[in-house]
Amino acid sequence: MPNVRLTRAVEFSTSLRYWNPELSEAANREAFGRKAAPHGHNYRLEVTLCGEPDRLTGMVIDLKDLQDVIDREVMIRFDHRDLNRDTPYFDKEPPTPENLARVIDRVLRAALPSGLLYGIRLFEDADTFVELIGPGDAA
Amino acid sequence: MIALTRRYRFPAAHVLRHPGLSDADNARIYGKCANPAGHGHDYGLEITVTGEVDPASGQIVPRDRLDALVAERVLDRFGHSLLNEDPAFAERVPTAENIALATFAELAPAIAAVRPGARLVRVRLEETRKNSFETGEAR
Repeated sequence: MPNVRLTRAVEFSTSLRYWNPELSEAANREAFGRKAAPHGHNYRLEVTLCGEPDRLTGMVIDLKDLQDVIDREVMIRFDHRDLNRDTPYFDKEPPTPENLARVIDRVLRAALPSGLLYGIRLFEDADTFVELIGPGDAA
Repeated sequence: MIALTRRYRFPAAHVLRHPGLSDADNARIYGKCANPAGHGHDYGLEITVTGEVDPASGQIVPRDRLDALVAERVLDRFGHSLLNEDPAFAERVPTAENIALATFAELAPAIAAVRPGARLVRVRLEETRKNSFETGEAR
């Protein structure tokens, strides 16, 4: 049976500022401008799996199981949190959508059955998104 | 592969009319889009860039540099203009296909010059909410 790609989307809201703790305050303000000030986003995350539908159920994955993984790995970690202060991922790098997407890809890839995650799309806002396709942190 | 996409908009006018064809042939090929007085669209433009994430900035390309390049080379040039009068369309009818190709050709070298390894991989042009056109690598 051929592979099928399926996508589940969720939305979460966080506060953040683009800030690299390894850089000086002046360097952060120079690099990030207004984004160095505290602000927030409604992120939209699209999680795409690719696999062969089960012959009995006709499903690549039970969407409830996928939602459980997304809730546990993404929503609890990030929704209504501050990315800089409430999560351990941005002590050495700023919470840009590139870096946040890499964290999300890594935790989802570890939690999902091996080989099932095709890629993610993370919208920081309606006009900005990052795609990660293929094995995490490859780029 | 990690890629960043930014969305932009520009309003532009065009006439779908090949100067080498008769009025009758233009009307037959392009229908109402051949109206010699012109018509226009609010074009939606998605620019997708891949490359390494810079460890200090956490970004594939600085957002303000990318925005400035797209503004200078595409939005300010094509926006609020009659596309048929632009040199990019001296030899080609400004169909959405050709606008997408011209945008890719215009931006690819400029984006490659922003950072080593930065590369334009996709241009997606929405002419209306019903019609969109992509050039470059598929997702």
